Amino acid sequence: MPQVTLTVNGKTHTVEVEGRTLLVELLREKLRLTGTHVGCDTSQCGACVVHIDGNSVKSCTTLAVMADGASVTTIEGLAAADGTLHPMQEAFREYHALQCGFCTPGMVMSAVDLVAKNPQGLSEQEIREGLEGNLCRCTGYHNIVKAIAAAQDVMHGKRTSIAAAAE
Amino acid sequence: MYDFAYHKPASVADAVKLLAADPDAKPISGGHTLLPALKHRLNKPSALVDLSGIAEMKGIRREGNSLIIGALTKHVEVAKSDVVKAAIPALAYMASHIGDNQVRNRGTIGGSVSNNDPAADYPAAVLGLGATIHTSKRKIAADDFFQGMFTTALEEGEILVAIEFPIPEKAGYAKLKNPASRYVMAGAFISKGPAGLRVAINGAGPCVFRQSDMEAALGRNWSADAVAGVKQSADGLNSDIHGSAEYRAHLVTVMAKRAVAAAG
Repeated sequence: MPQVTLTVNGKTHTVEVEGRTLLVELLREKLRLTGTHVGCDTSQCGACVVHIDGNSVKSCTTLAVMADGASVTTIEGLAAADGTLHPMQEAFREYHALQCGFCTPGMVMSAVDLVAKNPQGLSEQEIREGLEGNLCRCTGYHNIVKAIAAAQDVMHGKRTSIAAAAE
Repeated sequence: MYDFAYHKPASVADAVKLLAADPDAKPISGGHTLLPALKHRLNKPSALVDLSGIAEMKGIRREGNSLIIGALTKHVEVAKSDVVKAAIPALAYMASHIGDNQVRNRGTIGGSVSNNDPAADYPAAVLGLGATIHTSKRKIAADDFFQGMFTTALEEGEILVAIEFPIPEKAGYAKLKNPASRYVMAGAFISKGPAGLRVAINGAGPCVFRQSDMEAALGRNWSADAVAGVKQSADGLNSDIHGSAEYRAHLVTVMAKRAVAAAG
């Protein structure tokens, strides 16, 4: 069986996988990182989004063997070691950007990549377009968009905290 | 998914050898079409030959009046490339509107073109610009490359290595995408340049095709009004739950008008 060595949330793992093992299966079943979800399993819903070398990808449509040598970040790797939430996570909480929560890990991972790649700042419309690959069936997206708008101000250093942005 | 062996060659020559040695092996790059197909067990390759480590299939460069894009170039790389934006802005625009951000971070131009999905974007640019396909053994003109639904001139074991686009005087692309799948319902890529005046229609039929009546109309008068008067026949167009052939035929004219307007 092929062997894969990859770094997940800063920790290096060497794992035996089948050729057909998906990255999301490796994360959930071998590494027990179950924060990454499988929703549609057809690369449309985005619940499985993780970062590979800093780029958001759908881990249900990526073979584990194709991530050999890569650095992967999952939702579990966003918060600081002391438990301080990433500004995007804090914003989702502050703005009530989730209801059932199933889409949330993928939504947050996509949003972090979207904001990081657009240091010039995103309009509401651009945030909505940037979320094309993530489906949410509860919130109607409105609070998700508000949360991302607030988080980008903190991520780009325009505000010091999500609480300050919310006021 | 059925299991398969996995190979990751470092050169086109090694990839060709692997594919020749095993007729049931299949090449993979971004995997955003092949992996969903494998999950549905529509395909049962004995092995996947991962092309993503082959340096000679990467990169974007301008050579004289041509833009050459390596087959492994991801959609996001074409969308953000200053070289592409300067040479063929309509191509960068197209790439920036394929699928979604995550699809654009994995999917490749070579994969899209060799798969020739009727509802894919890139085949319209390749045909609409009169590009030349460079493979592991020859060069193929766009007009000879796309042969039918999911069918191209590529032979078994032949690998698309790069695509050479002649740089046009002007070009524009417009599409109506399915709001759920984001695949093209109908689109038009229109250009005027060294490869002539070309109107390529995707999404509407079983395979990308040239709309010669619109090409003639634009030859007489380059304007959105000129194509507005050309009706696309619904005969042979796709008809499904998302839209009838008649609806798609109507969209062809609308998208062609928008593409001409975008080209300027």
